[in-house]
Amino acid sequence: MKRIVPIGPYHPLQEEPEFFKLIVEGEKVVDLEINIGYNHRGHEFLAQKMTYDQVTFLVERICGICSDSHPYAFVLAVEDVAHVEPPPRAQYIRTIIGELERIHSHYLWLGLAGHFIGYNTVWMWVWRYREPLLDIFELIMGNRNHYAINKVGGARRDILPEHYGQIDKYLDLLEEKNTMFTKAVLDDPVIRARLENVGVLSKEDAIAYAVLGPTARGSGCAIDVRKDDPYDAYDKVDWDEIVFDEGDVLAKAKVRLLECFESIKIVRQCLRDMPDGPIETRVDEITPGEGICRHEAPRGEVFHYVRSDGSNMPARHKIRAPSFMNIPSNVVAVKGYSIADAALVLAAVDPCYCCTDRTVVLEDGKKKLTGKDLLRLSWQKTERLRRRYRR
Amino acid sequence: MKKEYSKEILDEIGAKYPQASVKIHAPRRIYIRVARDDVHELAKFLFMEKGYRLSIATGIDKRDGMEIIYHFSHDPSGTYYNIKTLVPKDDLKIKSLADFLPAANWIEREIHELLGIDFVGHPNLIPLLTAEVWPADLHPLRRDYADEHKELKVEKTKEDR
Repeated sequence: MKRIVPIGPYHPLQEEPEFFKLIVEGEKVVDLEINIGYNHRGHEFLAQKMTYDQVTFLVERICGICSDSHPYAFVLAVEDVAHVEPPPRAQYIRTIIGELERIHSHYLWLGLAGHFIGYNTVWMWVWRYREPLLDIFELIMGNRNHYAINKVGGARRDILPEHYGQIDKYLDLLEEKNTMFTKAVLDDPVIRARLENVGVLSKEDAIAYAVLGPTARGSGCAIDVRKDDPYDAYDKVDWDEIVFDEGDVLAKAKVRLLECFESIKIVRQCLRDMPDGPIETRVDEITPGEGICRHEAPRGEVFHYVRSDGSNMPARHKIRAPSFMNIPSNVVAVKGYSIADAALVLAAVDPCYCCTDRTVVLEDGKKKLTGKDLLRLSWQKTERLRRRYRR
Repeated sequence: MKKEYSKEILDEIGAKYPQASVKIHAPRRIYIRVARDDVHELAKFLFMEKGYRLSIATGIDKRDGMEIIYHFSHDPSGTYYNIKTLVPKDDLKIKSLADFLPAANWIEREIHELLGIDFVGHPNLIPLLTAEVWPADLHPLRRDYADEHKELKVEKTKEDR
């Protein structure tokens, strides 16, 4: 008998509310329907009524977790329209903030994934070491989130030389802890059993659904805007692209963990090589034309297209967040796995997945399971595995 | 080595579609304008044979019609090949890419509801972003929408009341 397990549609703590309708037979997921749009705010429409400087702040509000990526991609797109070259110091500053943000976003995901499979220690530890990073953001830009560092033609704030030491100190701590987390995740047989061969997205499906970021790199597609289409300081530093072929949740987790090491490497090199000088160029006029730019956000490529008619407002502004491409791939990734795994698989692409808090299972019009039950199912499976490994 | 667009692919497209016009905005940003009927075939050629990735499509309401830009990304060279086409306003139809490219599914649904362009052959052309009670013939990203519907009130459903 087919039953429907609805996950969603809204969680007040994170943005991106989604509604997943899992169609299950017994314990097995046979199909998935996805509904989005509960939080459609009409950013593209609003952007056409604002000046270029205002839009930078507007697009920063699209996402709370990766709030640097949208304004970053937007200012790059406007610079592409007008052929503006920001000064080198500004390029390095923007790169540093972009990479630090990747670390904090990956840690957020890792903590939530740990919580979801019943490893609350992982959750607490990871978030503990995410916290000093937010303090560094506050130190540099005055805000723990929504940093407003990007500006058409440069950066809005400088990283002061007296702050280099603190950033370095944090990077040392992070490198040590990240090694610990990587070992903990890879060596733990229970975590391995929960993540390995679960939610496999094959390379063919990854290409067909045009997935991005760690989701693609976990499935063997070497797509990384920072390597493919380098911007700002990314072609001036030395780092490696992390790619795994397995396509399961473990591969995606490994990509994210190892990417943090690369981010640390990039930030260190940037701090070492950062030239002195101005942090912005004066932009008098945005010439008529069109521009495209993309930034590798923690979840994948953020795409911004800007068309200018020569006025102080964009004539058309198209925004594409990476989750827009990643979420549809869940339809193939989740099929055939149990409900206990489903929540984890849906979370593997790193959408807002706290939505599961509001899960209810309806049978004959009555509530049967709630979000907590789904969490409980997942925890029970981990517990069973733990017991098996103990023996 | 600095990455750049490949001249061969532009020659190949130029040989196939002689009337296509190519604009090179930057070394990695190419705009190609083709006729509406050629888009499906060209997209299929780029995706199936050349392995390009459909990043997204943009719909724009212009004075002389609706413009759709299909942004194809060639990742090894980091180049965007943007296929532009114009759909006349009295015949808002274009062939869907979703028959060979699952990624186009959501992209076309979004353009369909925001601009009202009909994608012929799309398997499931239902609204993606707007609310369930949103009128089907009202397209919020059109130019005339903002002036005409300043006072728009969506009728509430029973549960909302």
